[in-house]
Amino acid sequence: MSARERIAGGTASFIDERTGAAKWMKKTLTKVFPDHWSFMLGEIVMYSFVILLLSGTFLTFWFDPSMREVEYEGSYEPLNGIKMSAAYASALHISFDIRGGLLMRQIHHWAALIFMAAMVVHMMRVFFTGAFRKPRELNWIIGVALLTLGIVEGFLGYSLPDDLLSGTGIRIAEAIIQAIPVVGSYLSYFIFGGAFPGEMFIQRIYAVHILLIPGIMLALITAHLMLVWYQKHTQYPGPGRTEKNVVGYPLMPVYMAKAGGFFFIVFGVTAFLGAVAQINPIWIYGPYNPGQIGAGSQPDWYMGWLDGLVRAAPPIETHAFGITISWNILIPGLIIPGIIFTLMAFYPFIEQWMTGDKREHHVLDRPRNNPNRTAIGAMSLTFTLVSLINGGNDLLATHFDLAINQIMWFSRIGLIALPPLAFVITKRICLSLQRADREKVLHGRETGRLVMLPHGEFIEVHEPLSPEKAYVLTAHEQLPALEIGEADANGVANPQGLKGKLRARISKASQEQISKPTSKEMLELEDGHH
Amino acid sequence: MGKAVNRFFGFISRYRRHRFAGPLMLLGGLLFAGVGYTVAQAATEEVQVVLSSDKASLISEGKEIFARGCSSCHGLNAEGAGAAPSLIGVGAASVDFQVATGRMPMADMSQQAARKEPVYDERETAALAAYVASLAPGPAAITNEELFWERDGNTAEGGELFRTNCAMCHNLAGQGGALTQGKYAPTVMGVEPRHIYEAMVTGPQAMPVFANSVLTHEEKLSVIKWIKFVETEPSLGGAALGRVGPVTEGAVAFILGLGILIGIAVWLTTKAR
Repeated sequence: MSARERIAGGTASFIDERTGAAKWMKKTLTKVFPDHWSFMLGEIVMYSFVILLLSGTFLTFWFDPSMREVEYEGSYEPLNGIKMSAAYASALHISFDIRGGLLMRQIHHWAALIFMAAMVVHMMRVFFTGAFRKPRELNWIIGVALLTLGIVEGFLGYSLPDDLLSGTGIRIAEAIIQAIPVVGSYLSYFIFGGAFPGEMFIQRIYAVHILLIPGIMLALITAHLMLVWYQKHTQYPGPGRTEKNVVGYPLMPVYMAKAGGFFFIVFGVTAFLGAVAQINPIWIYGPYNPGQIGAGSQPDWYMGWLDGLVRAAPPIETHAFGITISWNILIPGLIIPGIIFTLMAFYPFIEQWMTGDKREHHVLDRPRNNPNRTAIGAMSLTFTLVSLINGGNDLLATHFDLAINQIMWFSRIGLIALPPLAFVITKRICLSLQRADREKVLHGRETGRLVMLPHGEFIEVHEPLSPEKAYVLTAHEQLPALEIGEADANGVANPQGLKGKLRARISKASQEQISKPTSKEMLELEDGHH
Repeated sequence: MGKAVNRFFGFISRYRRHRFAGPLMLLGGLLFAGVGYTVAQAATEEVQVVLSSDKASLISEGKEIFARGCSSCHGLNAEGAGAAPSLIGVGAASVDFQVATGRMPMADMSQQAARKEPVYDERETAALAAYVASLAPGPAAITNEELFWERDGNTAEGGELFRTNCAMCHNLAGQGGALTQGKYAPTVMGVEPRHIYEAMVTGPQAMPVFANSVLTHEEKLSVIKWIKFVETEPSLGGAALGRVGPVTEGAVAFILGLGILIGIAVWLTTKAR
């Protein structure tokens, strides 16, 4: 035994004799994970979160969360002598007078944008492949909670430097709070400790931003990962992959190396962006002053779709019993997001209701094999994208020589008309892809080689698929639509009544499929009956 | 002849170290300077006389250019017609801003006149300005001495004034912004200080007039100084991404940030061949 082995062995047994960890470690380190690039999206989110914690801690060393008025005297000359909050002054101090401060600020902000972007794309992967199905509904809900918290956390962080751009965002948030009927104005006074902007909100959102929300998020991320661990990872369909196994590589050494290395890659890319691309140049925007405003003020992208909804809203208000209800803020600012997030959180159960499929699933769907779900996803994304575009309507207007009014009307109509259109088109595309898969399985891959037969006929040579490939294209099951008759065999009317009828209709629509080749068809082909 | 020259140089070489030679030279020099100055001043006066007679010809030249290039919309006597406003009383500053930035003559009758290569050169612009100024008094063109913004402006104060008065249309970083129905506030980057000043004084198109009671002369110069500072300020912290804020930042985070990371994830999970 070499000296190194002796030391390693000695350390291992020292720990094992005191903690009994060896057995647990052995089981843990050999746990198998499937390999696919889309399974690493969640890792990007997690690593960005770690980067946010580290860079954020650095920023807290010098950030002064106070709205005390100070006169700036620092390295940035064009603001010298200007009165501002201590928070803004300390953010300038971090940017210009702390070694590496600006880089850290930029890394923190880029990491936040990538964190949210990766979270959304991860969620899209989970949605479109059906990874949220039983037993993973709870983990899906945790994910929706994390998305919501991420949006709030990002918005608060964007507001902390107390610059003119972010102050505008806080002002809009205040307007949305005030739009809540009856209690809105009280709530606003409660949150801001008086009339806007007051002297409190920076201290308050600072505590929430660095302590409360990150704490909750950390707990939820832990729960999220523990559930992934316990329920095991899903996998794409393939030969040898069943609902009862996981095909992949063991954690040690393959995933330790891949995931560990990937962390540094994420850190590297974020640091690279922080080094070469300016983000949120607060010194140009100036300190927040409720009397000032800038054209083209925008929130960060994950809030942009909400801003776009508010921008698209027509000016409707009602006055009754001494109370004003601003529908133009209330509907786009609270009601629509509320509906969207509720539907999103409960989607796993909604789908179970539509299909009647309450079984466990560990093998993922190819999106085309569930046209209804894929179409719903495309529909939701279209809605969000149109509102996101409207959120940048002023910039689109100036940069593409358009009229802001035209963009607004496009968005108003598009928000209602385009999502259903996207639903129909996506569903048709999915069914066409299913048809193409069926063709491929039955008649093989088109090789593009044309052959002239002796009697002069031209044919294209089709190459039969490999068994593995054919398996992937045919492994999915096609559920029949729910059968909810109006009356049973004895003529007793269905107690579900109208609800049952509706469910039967929805189920029929959602189960629309191109039937995959049956084994009989396959056998006939193999026998040469073309 | 050669004898006379020889005697002259002999005279100089003999008396050049004479004790009166120095004072004499000084006297000669002073005499030369004095006479030269007087002659030159007289010549300048002569030039000014020429200029004032030139002013009349400038106006008539301007009138000619106006009749050729502007009257089809603004009317033969600048009285305005239809969409084109009357130019009586708009002053030289307004003409200089509109013509020297290429906004007038307009390329097309769209929502607003866009900045472009000027059609008229400096002299023609001055002639047009002189003609329009001769119709009725209005804001005069600013002189270079008055426009000494490097000396008379204050950057920090200018930034504060810009954020209060200008940013709601021109954007916090002066990048311009959208107005209603396709109108827009143009970017203030790369605009001549003279034209910025004239725009504040005359309020072209949708812009309000910032009279001296709103922004004093010095305050206007401070605004110009801040704009010029932002324009020449190096982009701190990396590429500026168009200085339009979170929209391009979000696009970069998605395309560059997440794009690279997904690319690497694909590479990491490719099976070794």
